Amino acid sequence: MTETAQKVTISISVNGEVRPVRPGMSIADMLEAIGLNPRKVAVEQNLEVVPRSTFGEVMVSEGDRFEIVHFVGGG
Amino acid sequence: MNAPQTVAADIWTVAGRTFSSRLIVGTGKYKSFEENAAAVEASGAEIVTVAVRRVNIADPSQPMLTDFIDPKTITYLPNTAGCFSADEAIRTLRLAREAGGWNLVKLEVLGEAKTLYPDMRETLKATEALVKEGFEPMVYCVDDPIAAKQLEQAGAVAIMPLGAPIGSGLGIQNRVTIRLIVEGANVPVLVDAGVGTASDAAVAMELGCDGVLMNTAIAEAKDPVMMARAMKSAVEAGRMAYLSGRMGKRRYADPSSPLAGLI
Repeated sequence: MTETAQKVTISISVNGEVRPVRPGMSIADMLEAIGLNPRKVAVEQNLEVVPRSTFGEVMVSEGDRFEIVHFVGGG
Repeated sequence: MNAPQTVAADIWTVAGRTFSSRLIVGTGKYKSFEENAAAVEASGAEIVTVAVRRVNIADPSQPMLTDFIDPKTITYLPNTAGCFSADEAIRTLRLAREAGGWNLVKLEVLGEAKTLYPDMRETLKATEALVKEGFEPMVYCVDDPIAAKQLEQAGAVAIMPLGAPIGSGLGIQNRVTIRLIVEGANVPVLVDAGVGTASDAAVAMELGCDGVLMNTAIAEAKDPVMMARAMKSAVEAGRMAYLSGRMGKRRYADPSSPLAGLI
């Protein structure tokens, strides 16, 4: 990665935490960068559920708020 | 006809899906995923409830529930535990539908933290909205026969009245209202919450419920796997007792041995 690319980041919020990410990422890229299996999670982008089938196409933009959830034990 | 075969054939259907186990178990409060999976196995449950929560992005490699309880063999019923408004519950279930890929969900909208009693106004509102979006909600509710009818009219695919407060283990507090709900319903009725031990589950089934949903009674037993087995037996015993038609009650004794021929 070039020095310029490292410097240029956008700021997003994931599960309430602000994270710098590189621009031009799809949601699939973001999940991969975090280390998550896209088949095991659901993603909400700015309060809208993102269909899993579109993870590769939907882009991450500056200021986006993401919630990434999965199933946990519960009653 | 022998009784176990009768029970094996005694299936029930919710939203077009058919099950033979009438016990639904939760997956919360277990010491480990291994213990949880063993208890589910021992319970014979075909449906488990699960919650929807944020993934831990700081440690994404943590084991997940789906690694231990296979959603392909056990039906995951996502819940809205912890939601105190219709909007929160709907938001949660939209994500659950995307995570799981199915419409069968458990709706619970809570009114207050102390009792975890359902907020029926919000519950009814959420039921109507979810049905419009194509969900099939099984709905946790108060043990009120009129509220149960309203939920059914709104499109609830199952009515799930509490037997006692969530996690209390106090047992079925009002048998009359549970029976009235069962008698008035055209969709499955399952007691959800309040069961503490096996006899409580049997009581629910003897009242004619289609099933019982429990979590804490198994998870907080000293031996959860053995309690899961006990609950399986209790649900089956209660169901058979209901189907067999119990004897009438008498105010006084009635001898079982003949009075004739006494020496």
